[in-house]
Amino acid sequence: MKCVFVTVGTTSFDDLIACVSAHDSLQIIKSLGYDRLILQIGRGTVAPEPFSTESFTLDVYRYKDSLKEDLEKADLVISHAGAGSCLETLEKGKPLVVVINEKLMNNHQLELAKQLHKEGYLFYCTCSTLPGLLQSMDLSTLKCYPPGQSEKFSAFLDKVVGLQK
Amino acid sequence: MVWVLSLAAAAGAVVVFLVLRLWVVLHSRGVTPRESLSLVVVAGSGGHTTEILRLLESLSSAYSPRHYILADTDEMSAKKINSFELDRANRDSSTMRTRYYLHRIPRSREVQQSWLSTVISTLHSMWVSFPLIYRVKPDLVLCNGPGTCVPICISALLLGILGIKKVIIVYVESICRVETLSLSGKILLHLSDYLVVQWPTLKEKYPKSVYLGRIV
Repeated sequence: MKCVFVTVGTTSFDDLIACVSAHDSLQIIKSLGYDRLILQIGRGTVAPEPFSTESFTLDVYRYKDSLKEDLEKADLVISHAGAGSCLETLEKGKPLVVVINEKLMNNHQLELAKQLHKEGYLFYCTCSTLPGLLQSMDLSTLKCYPPGQSEKFSAFLDKVVGLQK
Repeated sequence: MVWVLSLAAAAGAVVVFLVLRLWVVLHSRGVTPRESLSLVVVAGSGGHTTEILRLLESLSSAYSPRHYILADTDEMSAKKINSFELDRANRDSSTMRTRYYLHRIPRSREVQQSWLSTVISTLHSMWVSFPLIYRVKPDLVLCNGPGTCVPICISALLLGILGIKKVIIVYVESICRVETLSLSGKILLHLSDYLVVQWPTLKEKYPKSVYLGRIV
């Protein structure tokens, strides 16, 4: 079973949910060989009806305590540009498409998506360009994401607070 | 008339004294060797909380007790913190269970709140933050935004200015900030002891910052 997981974190991103569950997008997703779509919709007001046919399943929910399981099952993740969602996905080594919410003012999330795309770790787009990207992207070109080095932080902090011997 | 002038002179003297004290506090970087230190962590909600907990994961058990400060409306952060501390306690069963504390303060600024009401709500937050910081008297304040952390850091600075305790203030800018510093970051660049950035562009723009690469 090939699965697409869509996540908006703790926010609401109605445009993305509407776009990805529209008939055309579902056709594209099916044509790419996926047979399951899971929508984590957060605080959003757009809540598509889940369904299950022989060839395709749509699941919808708002929150879970941890998205670990759904990330693990996913073959493709489509996410809002929140750092938490992006990093968790990349650390699990899953192909990631980040969708920028153009309605967010002062969009600092865009900086991270752009930078990680520049370094070759993910693709990014807007809701309107998502269907086109899904059809044209080559997931095999994505690079493996090296996790952050928090030990550098602890070494630095230990030194400046006087804990280092 | 005379008493007005005397009052003005006295107020001026106090201001000058406070500014000098602030300068002294900001420039005192002497490192005191120690075995452990108490820590205030500002959990800024959403991704801020997630990032700061990742940073805390890497810290040794010498960083305790841990006092978490969160906004009164933020239930999700409380859950994340409790879960983090439980995991930590389970992993580290050899040492005695570290006590940690959750403290709630009013949010100092909602996203996109107007300037004037931000000043007022920040003053309100200071009214609550300072007694809390005074009570806890941490060795270190660790934060990464957003606005909630500014009154906490100012309170910590005040402890130093008033000669009560020198508190080390470390601000870690979010990994989301690649090209531009957040508003909290711009304010705390000058008020913190160390401001850590995670991308080289920011280090170039703000040479005063500390660059360690991606740390979350």
